[in-house]
Amino acid sequence: MSSSHPKPAGIAATGSSDLLMVTGLRKYFPVLGGIMNRTVAQVQAVDDVSFSIRSGEVLGIVGESGCGKSTTARLLMHLIKSDAGEIAFDGQTVGDGDGLELREMRRQMQMVFQNSYSSLNPRLPIEETIAFGPKVHGTPTDKARARARDILGKVGLDPGQFIRRYPHELSGGQRQRVNIARALALEPRLLILDEAVSALDKSVEAQVLNLLLDLKQELALTYIFISHDLNVVQYVSDRVLVMYLGKIVEIGTVDDIYERTRHPYTQALLSAMPSMDPDKRIETPPLTGDPPNPINPPPGCRFHTRCPFAEAVCAAREPELEFSLATDGDEHRVACHMNTADSGHTRVPA
Amino acid sequence: MTENQPIIDVADLSVEFVSRDATVHAVNGVSFTLNPGEVLCILGESGSGKSVTLRALMRLLPSQARVYGQVMVGEQDTLRMSERDLADLRGSEVAMIFQEPMVAFDPVYTVGRQIIETIRRHDKVDGPEARQRALKLFERVQIPSPERRLKAFPHELSGGMSQRAMIALALACSPRVLLADEPTTALDATVQIQILLLLRELQREFGMAVIFVTHDVGVAVEIADRIAVMYAGRFVETGPAREIMGNPRHPYTRGLLSSTVQGQLRGQRLEAIPGSPPDMTQLAAGCAFAPRCRHVHPACLREVPAETWPTSDNMVRCLL
Repeated sequence: MSSSHPKPAGIAATGSSDLLMVTGLRKYFPVLGGIMNRTVAQVQAVDDVSFSIRSGEVLGIVGESGCGKSTTARLLMHLIKSDAGEIAFDGQTVGDGDGLELREMRRQMQMVFQNSYSSLNPRLPIEETIAFGPKVHGTPTDKARARARDILGKVGLDPGQFIRRYPHELSGGQRQRVNIARALALEPRLLILDEAVSALDKSVEAQVLNLLLDLKQELALTYIFISHDLNVVQYVSDRVLVMYLGKIVEIGTVDDIYERTRHPYTQALLSAMPSMDPDKRIETPPLTGDPPNPINPPPGCRFHTRCPFAEAVCAAREPELEFSLATDGDEHRVACHMNTADSGHTRVPA
Repeated sequence: MTENQPIIDVADLSVEFVSRDATVHAVNGVSFTLNPGEVLCILGESGSGKSVTLRALMRLLPSQARVYGQVMVGEQDTLRMSERDLADLRGSEVAMIFQEPMVAFDPVYTVGRQIIETIRRHDKVDGPEARQRALKLFERVQIPSPERRLKAFPHELSGGMSQRAMIALALACSPRVLLADEPTTALDATVQIQILLLLRELQREFGMAVIFVTHDVGVAVEIADRIAVMYAGRFVETGPAREIMGNPRHPYTRGLLSSTVQGQLRGQRLEAIPGSPPDMTQLAAGCAFAPRCRHVHPACLREVPAETWPTSDNMVRCLL
């Protein structure tokens, strides 16, 4: 972790009640090329990301494709290895010799993926899929199956009707319920939902969202909810983290992000949301162009190439993630020169 | 607008996909008209038959599809045209854009070459002139450094850029009708709104009629004059966008709107539609929405509700 980085707000504010703490997480993917197949460039998928999540809350992560939100999720689950950074679950560092072992971490932390079909084994009936995790972790087979039936009921599928079925015999919504059941079979405390409702039809999405919020209550779960749908994120999240090209640009409570928006990128995302009212159509696009390629992102602030307020300082220096100048409290942080007191940007509030 | 002859007139369109195991009844009697310069949005969930309807208009369906009914484009019935006449019609009268521009373009030719080829195929102009027109089109759809992009291969363009290139290709011969099949679904939010606004602008400028297929209510509201809500292969409700949003009549439309998350109070449960969409291989006799409808009564199960017209602008298929 770079020494210039301020401590994540959660640490100072709430101390040990953080369920998960991430510091300085980084992942660069090499781009191979040339005759020797050497690394010719790097995709800076996740670059120096730090945040924390408290027990019982829902943290939403939003951003466009390529911003690193799914890579972050995979790094948290240790599905891919990080280049740098530290992940601590319930106060214990994950994966280094004397901390929490990976195996134990995966009991506590589970993930639901976007593609409900490819994340289930097509050759296993539903009951076996759900019982698989507990069995691997040492639960006797008959007990694991009993738990599978129990959890299937919890996610709204009648066990008698479904345990013998295979994934291809289910609809998309049913399959996603099975995925949630599979993730819950180990009785985890933290669930990472990576675009878990995005592939579902609206009428089914609402059912699954209701289910997720019920389960959270009933089982005292903590969620990391990754989505590109800002409406859904606003509906489910307590706090929201906005990413752009591998960096956190803004993080705060759901009201900080949606009502007291500070970062121009967050602002643009919000104004790109359709209004649902034929009399209030959007007349000018908030941004022009596509997000830049995460291979060799722009220098300085990574958003400056599309930012309507960009000035010389934005191209020259990268802004730090600092407390919002406009909000009281220690939740809302923004990485923008307009929010940095001595940055030299003309729009810094006096 | 009512003075005009409709540019597209679809009567009782049905599409079945026949295979050895089952027959999928994808579209079950769709009728509508489209006036010149009008934007109609077909709104429906996956499997509702919205894309199949669109493709049937241009006969872009695989060979196991059986298509019934009548599709008049201007004076001609596309379902009964020869392949040769159809090829003349596609691109010049009616053009289409797709969800995946990357797949719609041929990957081994530059995008410029593909646009120039289209212009020359339909308008019988020489190479340099076609090139000039392609360049103008690229400028019109706001592609930066258009000269260079004409020489690019499809894979060299970003998602938003290749969608712009495909729009340019579709507009190459100034069609009177544009068919759009979820053209913004695969794009990021900030790019999606750019493409929607571009389409809206071009639609006004060229005076095109547009049929726009989407599953996203928000997108439909941004672009549509009229919305047709589709369920299980039928239009269950059509009307002006303002009416559909403000005064939805069909229980499915109401359910769809209430289950779409849009600034509901946190902690309040969403009003979801129970159950899941019907199996299109064995549709029951009555209203296809009846098994999920909270207002269902015995008559709903007997036969498919006929079209009723509460006002001259609104159609709804519901017994209530």
